[in-house]
Amino acid sequence: MQALYAQLLVGLINGSFYALLSLGLAVIFGMLNIINFAHGAVYMMGAFVAYFLLNIAGIGYWPALIIAPIVVGIFGMILERTMLQWLAGLDHLYGLLLTFGLALIIQGVFQNYFGSSGLPYSIPDELKGGMNLGFMYLPIYRGWVVIFSLIVCIGTWYLIERTRLGANLRAATENPTLVRAFGINVPRMITLTYGLGVGLAALAGVLSAPINQVRPLMGENVIIVVFAVVVIGGMGSIMGSIITGFALGVIEGLTKYFYPEASNTVVFVLMVLVLLVKPTGLTGRAA
Amino acid sequence: MADLKTADAAAKPTPASGAAPVLAVQDLQAWYGESHILHGINFNVNAGEVVTLLGRNGAGKTTTLKSVMGIIGKRTGSIRFDGQDIIRASSDRIARMGIAFCPEERGIFASLDVRENLLLPPIVRPGGLSLDQIFDLFPNLKERLNSQGTKLSGGEQQMLAIARILRTGARFLMLDEPTEGLAPVIIQQIGHTIARLKKEGFTILLVEQNFRFAATVADRYYIVEHGKVIDGFANADLQANMDKLHTYLGV
Repeated sequence: MQALYAQLLVGLINGSFYALLSLGLAVIFGMLNIINFAHGAVYMMGAFVAYFLLNIAGIGYWPALIIAPIVVGIFGMILERTMLQWLAGLDHLYGLLLTFGLALIIQGVFQNYFGSSGLPYSIPDELKGGMNLGFMYLPIYRGWVVIFSLIVCIGTWYLIERTRLGANLRAATENPTLVRAFGINVPRMITLTYGLGVGLAALAGVLSAPINQVRPLMGENVIIVVFAVVVIGGMGSIMGSIITGFALGVIEGLTKYFYPEASNTVVFVLMVLVLLVKPTGLTGRAA
Repeated sequence: MADLKTADAAAKPTPASGAAPVLAVQDLQAWYGESHILHGINFNVNAGEVVTLLGRNGAGKTTTLKSVMGIIGKRTGSIRFDGQDIIRASSDRIARMGIAFCPEERGIFASLDVRENLLLPPIVRPGGLSLDQIFDLFPNLKERLNSQGTKLSGGEQQMLAIARILRTGARFLMLDEPTEGLAPVIIQQIGHTIARLKKEGFTILLVEQNFRFAATVADRYYIVEHGKVIDGFANADLQANMDKLHTYLGV
């Protein structure tokens, strides 16, 4: 039983990263119509910014949780202004190729300076140690990642689905031309949206740094699973991508316990099944 | 086909002669991608007037409104609003200058409820209608504030599309076929609304196929054909122009 709970926890942790990443992808896809293949690279950049802050400036984990998403978000907004904005109205393929190329360049640059091995990033003192819950041992940092990710996901959902700003965003996703003709600066909103999506990925990167170490290619594996998550959940829905992210993490964890051989493929098997039955994804709208 | 002078002459029988028009469109040309839609549109709208663009389907009426709003990719000529040339301005800037647009397809957002739809267009200047005044004009909307925007009936959606631009403080409204596909009793209600807005000093540029409806609200008419304004006359001369109108509109 201990092992089952441990795998469930690993599943929830991975689910947290999947949720944060697929949430950002969904937001970006809604506004920019771009499938952001650079998402894994900016996730990695988040972890690296936290690493630099600590080792160059002596700035620790807590400030990094705020600073890294902002720094990487600004980097993303510069990418959007200088490159992605010119792809508006073109086929998805162009955005996919451009962001994929950007991901290769970013990862290549980091690999050139830092190799492929992991750099250590330690758990902040406040979150060290663990708790015995009776039925299992819970490392505090892992519990923190799950709860904090959940709060950020629900906060983002609330921002988009329940606030005035979110209403502008949803409207601009539906009909940017008309929203702009009401006097709303839609291009600026698109830039900020890309910054938000990229910032969420960077936040996931900071959260994962103490668990998975800081590696130039740390985004590569996770992003492939995240794209499967997005395909399963459907691109159209914010809540859908959050729930699918957590659920698939848990399913992966359970598979590791019951049938470990399939744990790396179960998400993709599910993806194939969903594509066969409901090509728009479980919660997605028809494109 | 009459030349442009006819259209210019039509600008003369106006109540506010002497004052500069609020909107002055000259030699407006516009393109959708490669296709050249507007070939030289000329007309004026004076403060407080209701001016109607009449014409057959595909004549270029909607494109004219969209060009004024700045949402047609390529446009040349001159569009002066409140004395400023807005031909190169972006649509968000044009909206902030006080022009509000109610599109033909109504543009109600499915992912927004009625309240969010109503509150979506930002206030561009003081003096817009308050929510109470809007509910006074359109009582139906008040009861359906929490419904999904596209769950409203066609008539209610049209009311919502008009209501949301009245909040913004814009005094120049462009309504694209507000009566299209609606029941006579709703058309009547929209007619009353336009009359009331006019009384409160709004300036309205209307596009209509239904000239019987237009005749109940308009001060002046322009006829658009093949991307040009080919004629224009005041409401007082409507009877005298009836034969011509039938020829133009093919009714």
